Amino acid sequence: MLANRLIACFDVKDGRVTKAQQFQDNIDVGDPAELADRLYHEDVDEIVIYDIMASAQKRQIDLAMIRRAAHRTFVPLTVGGGIRHLEDMHEVLRAGAEKISIDSMAVRNPQIITEGSVEFGRQCIVLSMQVKRVEKTATIPSGYEIAIDGARTYTGMDAVEWARRGQDLGAGEIVVNSIDRDGTGSGYDLDITQQITEAVSLPVIASGGAGLVSHVADAFRIGATGAITSSMLYSPRVEHTLTVGEMKAQLGELGERVRPVHSAD
Amino acid sequence: MIGIIDYRTGNSQSISYALEHLGVPHALVAKPGECDEVDRYILPGVGAAGVTMESLAQEGWIDHLNEKILGDGQPFLGVCVGLQVLFEHSAEGDVECLGWIKGSVHEFDRSQVRVPHMGWNNVEVRGDHPFSRSFTPDGYYYFVNSYFARPTDDVSLVGVTTYGQEFAAAVAHKNIMATQFHTEKSARAGLQVLKAFCDLDVNDLKDLDAR
Repeated sequence: MLANRLIACFDVKDGRVTKAQQFQDNIDVGDPAELADRLYHEDVDEIVIYDIMASAQKRQIDLAMIRRAAHRTFVPLTVGGGIRHLEDMHEVLRAGAEKISIDSMAVRNPQIITEGSVEFGRQCIVLSMQVKRVEKTATIPSGYEIAIDGARTYTGMDAVEWARRGQDLGAGEIVVNSIDRDGTGSGYDLDITQQITEAVSLPVIASGGAGLVSHVADAFRIGATGAITSSMLYSPRVEHTLTVGEMKAQLGELGERVRPVHSAD
Repeated sequence: MIGIIDYRTGNSQSISYALEHLGVPHALVAKPGECDEVDRYILPGVGAAGVTMESLAQEGWIDHLNEKILGDGQPFLGVCVGLQVLFEHSAEGDVECLGWIKGSVHEFDRSQVRVPHMGWNNVEVRGDHPFSRSFTPDGYYYFVNSYFARPTDDVSLVGVTTYGQEFAAAVAHKNIMATQFHTEKSARAGLQVLKAFCDLDVNDLKDLDAR
């Protein structure tokens, strides 16, 4: 039976892992390759790396950093940030990524989802979306609006509608990032995550807000097949960070099916 | 020397990182005959079956592999799409594939399960091919697939996984081996399978031939 995934995610800025709170106030965490190595050895199920400045600085993703992180990390690696066209995707995959995450660029040019999916297969294209709770209106019936550019620009698009469209365009997975919950530790936004798991037949990943292991279990219970955590694993703001093994042990106690942690070797 | 077939949409680099970690000599090979020392091949894959077959045909890989693998009996490992193209036909793009293993490739039923099948799933080990001995009993491996292979008969099945229904997680027929899961991204359990393929004694595979 398929296990639910515990996914570690980190934002990279100027070659260093950085941790923000509600997309602001970044503080330094460390070297991306070292962090990837630590999490791999702790049996994390997957790693996601975002080059958060690539898009704003209109430059290519930091491929050297991706290569270093991918080098000794033998679990799937998803990479996002500044991906504009097929050539960028080829480069990122060549650097050692398995999946490509597209966010703001997919809103600007939805066709890139289809192009990537035709070239590399649907499973390779992750549609990542930044969602913000707003008032329900006729144009935003879900009550969640899509933002882009690190939550700086609002698009007027409905989050559930965008998820459906992403699926139709060829995305293979959807990551729902809550802007409101990001870095708060108050739990994932289960409302929008569940609305999306019900609207699409793709795997859906909850992201933004996990502060307790029970939050991860909550996300699995409403249909997410993966949950992204960052602060709990490595944030300097968190007094007692956990290892992946500690998190998985607690998930097991909560009755969740996760890949067992390898015994020490 | 292991030759990793380096075609347009493969994830050859990830396999290369894994072999480097395992200390196995290997080369990325973009065209047949580019590296004379190669005596066993790995065909990685992340792309669609149609695109993969097209890329292989364009570079002249199909004739070369038929000669080296089917003819000379060199060991071969297909990974992910590299497993699917070994069958006769794939529903993904409705394409004819290599046909080395009898059977076909079908799409998961979206009304039953979330597609793609993405994540860690357990593999039930079957059969007595030397390749299957490298598998962790009921171990978890990383899968990413919207399509799955079903061999015509069970003889070549060495691993079975369930996602809505049973499908081939791994197959082995004489010198031809393949996994639907990503060996190079399945942590230690996957690296162990990769290492076993690299270390297999060609003579053991020849003995299978005689049976």
